Amino acid sequence: MSDVIKKATRESYGEALVALAEKYPNLIVLDADLAAATKTGMFKKAYADRFYDCGIAEANMMGVAAGLAAAGMIPFASSFAMFAAGRAFEIVRNSIGYPHLNVKIGATHAGISVGEDGATHQCCEDLALMRTIPGMTVINPADDTEAKAAVEAAILHDGPVYCRFGRLAVPVINDPATYKFELGKGVTLREGKDIAIIATGLLVNEALTAADALAQEGISARVINIHTIKPLDTEIVAKAAAECGRIVTAEEHSIIGGLGSAVAEAVCESCPVPVRRIGVNDTFGHSGPAVELLKQFGLSAEHIAEVVREELGK
Amino acid sequence: MDEMLVRQLQIHACHVRMGIIEGVYHAKSGHPGGSLSIADLLTYLYFTRMHVYPDNPDFAERDRFVLSKGHTAPALYATLAEKGFFPMEEMKTLRHIGARLQGHPCITIPGVDMSSGSLGQGISAACGMALAGKHRADNYRVYTVLGDGEIEEGQVWEAAMFAAHYGLDNLTAIVDNNGLQIDGKITDVCSPEPIPDKFAAFGWHVIECDAHDFDDLDRAFREAERVTMQPVAIIQHSTKGKGVSFMENQVGWHGTAPNQEQYEKAMAELTEQLRRLEEQA
Ligand SMILES: Cc1ncc(C[n+]2csc(CCOP(=O)(O)OP(=O)(O)O)c2C)c(N)n1
Ligand SMILES: [Mg+2]
Repeated sequence: MSDVIKKATRESYGEALVALAEKYPNLIVLDADLAAATKTGMFKKAYADRFYDCGIAEANMMGVAAGLAAAGMIPFASSFAMFAAGRAFEIVRNSIGYPHLNVKIGATHAGISVGEDGATHQCCEDLALMRTIPGMTVINPADDTEAKAAVEAAILHDGPVYCRFGRLAVPVINDPATYKFELGKGVTLREGKDIAIIATGLLVNEALTAADALAQEGISARVINIHTIKPLDTEIVAKAAAECGRIVTAEEHSIIGGLGSAVAEAVCESCPVPVRRIGVNDTFGHSGPAVELLKQFGLSAEHIAEVVREELGK
Repeated sequence: MDEMLVRQLQIHACHVRMGIIEGVYHAKSGHPGGSLSIADLLTYLYFTRMHVYPDNPDFAERDRFVLSKGHTAPALYATLAEKGFFPMEEMKTLRHIGARLQGHPCITIPGVDMSSGSLGQGISAACGMALAGKHRADNYRVYTVLGDGEIEEGQVWEAAMFAAHYGLDNLTAIVDNNGLQIDGKITDVCSPEPIPDKFAAFGWHVIECDAHDFDDLDRAFREAERVTMQPVAIIQHSTKGKGVSFMENQVGWHGTAPNQEQYEKAMAELTEQLRRLEEQA
């Protein structure tokens, strides 16, 4: 296990921007005094003339990004998820969403795994907020490989895209040599028939670990990675509902409005089956080391496995 | 100010600085730079100006304090501890899982009047507290501390407009002008200068002072208390990281915790400063 490579997806974000700069000459990067943390600092270093610091002014940054896009550029506007999706929400809705402008939002430090900074910075509402904006594409990659691919997919997609990245280093589970990112398509990582675990972001790896443990007990759990929260792959969800009969969702986000809600909405309309949502249970976070917090909030393989057993009455 | 009082304040400020370093070191994270730059200011406020009561932290007529630049919570917590709201020893639990000293100020902590941490929001809440005071003809004053990077937030200027419009002369906003934010110098990132002119243009009474000179702080705050019909902005010229030589004026010490060696070096410096002050006292 010691040879597992770990990397924070915010690092992947910074590296991808640098790697794609030559290929996409209209790509331009904005930050709001967090370049060192969001990792756009890498891009600033390599392409200083294509980087603009907006200062601690996220609302204005989103408006500027809208204008840049309207003038033909492909801006990546970067800040912490809390401020990109939260502080600037209404600007994102009205100046980016409504005119359907080609703005990419690079939101790092999402979720409880922000750690020690505590509740004010632990954004567990961004997927819900962004998902409600008509025409907004919402991506939440699971690892380094997927995050890098997501950045390019966001560039290739014409329209607003919200990309969610994390602060915590997480295992690289996808092989960059063979990995293909398809916007809006879920990925079945494990076949299974007793129950389907539908996960996103850093919970995907936890879901895989849980499925392994469950397999030892004779429970066959399907694992599906949903990297695109919107548009949701309703087909893969409906199929899982029909074939497995039960769904557990797992996300580093509030159980209200994120992946769990999206999946529940989808199965209600296609193939109603019980859906149990694992996530942050309508509560604020607090300070502490990221890994301990994830355990405490039940965002772990152990807790996923426990919930699956409960659901199956085992 | 009386020389003995100044010496006493310097000793308190040194304890506060030690508390800050203890806190971020044991948390292995946090923001020492901007905490150290307001250690003298908070010491001055809590030990000379503010009517607050450690035994009765929620007393209705108390003066209010909002740390709008919430990331410098270690400075607020250490000052509250020095004032007696809770033991200084508790600084060692800062940011720990299950501890009450959260990474950013949380209203449930004794002595903390407002949760903060998302920059630009504290000054608005301070306006609300000042407005409530005016509305009910209460006599308390409201103080809020902003970062010089923080004032890049548009909300700060909405609050500035509001406070002047409603003549909130019970509100004093202090801008900690240490010249640095995260990505570099404020003048390189997205300059908010000239700061005094901006507040003046918004209708505030503006005072500038040296953040690390208690006599000058005293002059500034006494002047502030005489102002009527206008809110007061005190632009305090400070040094980020003040008091720990290797942290001073270094942008890298904005949000980094010292390792063990750096912690020991910082504590040795502060212990030496304290020894000298106590000798003189
Ligand atoms: C709305 C918001 N955006 C971004 C941040 C992240 N952040 C924390 S501190 C900081 C820089 C603050 O600089 P300054 O106000 O000058 O503080 P000081 O130098 O006193 O530490 C930033 C961008 C935040 N806490 N809130
Ligand atoms: Mg500053």
